[in-house]
Amino acid sequence: MTDRAVRRPASAARSFWGALPLLTLIIMIGPVLAGLLGTVLPAFGYLPAAGLGAFSITPFTDLFAWNGIWAATRLSVITGFAATFLSLAIVTLLMAGWSGTRAFRWLETLLSPLLSVPHAATAFGIAFLIAPSGWIARMISPWLTGWERPPDVLITQDPLGIALTLGLVTKEVPFLLLMALAAKGQSASTQRMRVAQSLGYGRVSGWLKSVFPVIYAQIRLPVLVVLAYSMSVVDVAMILGPTTPPPLSVQVVKWMSDPDLSKRLIASAAALWQLALVIAALGVWWIGERITARLGLAWVERGTRNLHLDKTTRPLGIILGTLSALSVLLGLLCLGVWSVAGFWGYPDALPQSLTPKNWARHWPDISDSLITTLLIAALSVAVAVTLVIACLEAEHRTGRSLSQKALWLIYAPLLIPQIAFLPGVQTGLLMTGATSGLWPVTLMHVVFVLPYVFLSLTDPWRNWDPRIDTIARSLGTSPTRVLFTLRLPMLLRPILTAAAVGFAVSVGQYLPTLLAGGGRVATLTTEAVALSSGGDRRAIGAFGVMQTLAVIAPFAIATLLPYWMWRNRKGLHG
Amino acid sequence: MDNGLHLKAVEICRGGQPLLQIDAQVAPGEILTVMGPSGSGKSTLLSFLTGHLAPAFAATGQVVLDGSDVTAQPPEHRKIGILFQDDLLFPHLSVGANLAFGLRGGTKSERQKTIETALSDVGLKGFETRDPATLSGGQKARVALMRVLLSDPKALLLDEAFSGLDTDRRAQIRDLTFDHARKKNLPVVMVTHDIDDAKAAGGRVIQLGP
Repeated sequence: MTDRAVRRPASAARSFWGALPLLTLIIMIGPVLAGLLGTVLPAFGYLPAAGLGAFSITPFTDLFAWNGIWAATRLSVITGFAATFLSLAIVTLLMAGWSGTRAFRWLETLLSPLLSVPHAATAFGIAFLIAPSGWIARMISPWLTGWERPPDVLITQDPLGIALTLGLVTKEVPFLLLMALAAKGQSASTQRMRVAQSLGYGRVSGWLKSVFPVIYAQIRLPVLVVLAYSMSVVDVAMILGPTTPPPLSVQVVKWMSDPDLSKRLIASAAALWQLALVIAALGVWWIGERITARLGLAWVERGTRNLHLDKTTRPLGIILGTLSALSVLLGLLCLGVWSVAGFWGYPDALPQSLTPKNWARHWPDISDSLITTLLIAALSVAVAVTLVIACLEAEHRTGRSLSQKALWLIYAPLLIPQIAFLPGVQTGLLMTGATSGLWPVTLMHVVFVLPYVFLSLTDPWRNWDPRIDTIARSLGTSPTRVLFTLRLPMLLRPILTAAAVGFAVSVGQYLPTLLAGGGRVATLTTEAVALSSGGDRRAIGAFGVMQTLAVIAPFAIATLLPYWMWRNRKGLHG
Repeated sequence: MDNGLHLKAVEICRGGQPLLQIDAQVAPGEILTVMGPSGSGKSTLLSFLTGHLAPAFAATGQVVLDGSDVTAQPPEHRKIGILFQDDLLFPHLSVGANLAFGLRGGTKSERQKTIETALSDVGLKGFETRDPATLSGGQKARVALMRVLLSDPKALLLDEAFSGLDTDRRAQIRDLTFDHARKKNLPVVMVTHDIDDAKAAGGRVIQLGP
């Protein structure tokens, strides 16, 4: 009995920590699966709450008999592919042509904060810019265009969904860029580029051939998330997308909010159709990846230096990247100007006067929804951060790290379109008689906040020097004390950043708030989107500004608080 | 003869392949030097002794410290201190708080007194409130040494502890560490790739690997 394998922690403690990741997964995936079930049943005619208990395929025959079905389907598919491809192309051109330059760093600083701005605020900003009565038209009228009144053309809400696509691109470019930058750290791109350029490759061709494949492999899941999201987005589509017919996902929401409960059957069928479209699109993208990989490999093997590529693609990349960033920034500025605008006649570039009256008039609504927004965000972020830290600590204590498969599960709530399972969540709440309201909304927010908190915190957590733990334990410190007195304080900055990311995700949620809240939970985002049909630009501007502040403030705190707390500790300001 | 650190028939495997075997007794105040090329498992041996062996490894044998078998003990109950190449002072704590972190027992004023004495022992009088990041490499190494000694260990492990220092400091910190370890009668296991370290230790040398 002298030879024994070295012991792991006591088994009770081990099974507690071992169970944590599973618990977290259940909290994250459970509502998604339950929601899918709640969508599938009504889609086949089963909805006891409306007195419908017979299974049938009538909802689907009704859906395909609806005369907008093919236009709505086409919109979803084309918008999704176009937005994803354009965003990826812009990010690729930017990184290929400019990474490592001062212009790139400048653009990076400009784009990073835009990542957190809610989609709805961005979309309103874009609408305020490009509409016939928008800022751009005003800037060039009447001296250039001769317009004394807004021209009667559909620029936003155009039937082809161009405005919708552009709105999505401006929001997805910062997302993919930041994901790619995170991947770049592990790709040895500087060395690869040095080798490629010393072999006579141009900047762009060298980057595409030697760095892009590594980076794409790492941002693949985020790209798929962008595709699924762009195909099925609701809030941006309600603001920038066409109305007759609207994109499929918007039509689902319309049917879901019909007082006639039997409309939920066709809504559920449409939601499943949307899910099928997304799955098919992911498959098509997957095939596209294979083809691109094969063509790319052939291109690499030909060994062409393609120096001419630099001349055309570098300017294109920086122009598109700058346009993307500027349109979001100018759009937000435009929201701000409208929120304090007095009389603003067309085609004046600026209002005749500025006034706080709009804010005063809307403040009761804004403050109510602000409090609800902050409450939901704070609760869901607290839950998500606690669970993520518990999972990462469990990984540390049990010595078992997350597999690649588990990573797909973490992305699941982001890959499965919200519109496919949130109607089921609402129907489920209705069927079980549970009241929709603040708690279901918070729980649904946790589902979407968790993956982002996890993705944001994992790398800093794992990069923490394990020898600190060895030292502390050998000094006689328990694992729990190591966690609370060393690891958490040392990781204060990344933890707060992850919380701020989660906060921004929660503030920006539209559909979960609308559907799990049964339409009764009013946040800044749901209120702003609800205003879109009315066209009160001053109210929209005020809500948009408030949304933006609600996500910027946590980031400011996450930056300033560690700076202040560790002001006398140089070792923590890497 | 039960005092000291006894490695009884220790064998560490990686993925079923034997990595190293060692059977040694280190008396109080003795310094055992373990040498070997990288990959020979020197640092793995020390992680086994502190109780931090990575899951990829499996070990058999026993670690007996002052007569009691600590092989099954969690790291925090073993009373085996360790120093690494980097000082690894906790960056968010002051120098004094770093020392207090390891110090066991005592009233508030006793603890303050102990820390004060420890700092002046290594020529860092009055450094309590300093930010560790503002210290020189040699100063940090001295604080790290005092931190582990104040935790009152029964054995001390040195994992390339002097490799990060420049040549001038190196001998000085090494002598300081050995002096304190001998004064406290600690059995010491030193892992190094530097023959000078081994010579300075003046004790037995075990060569690992091919």
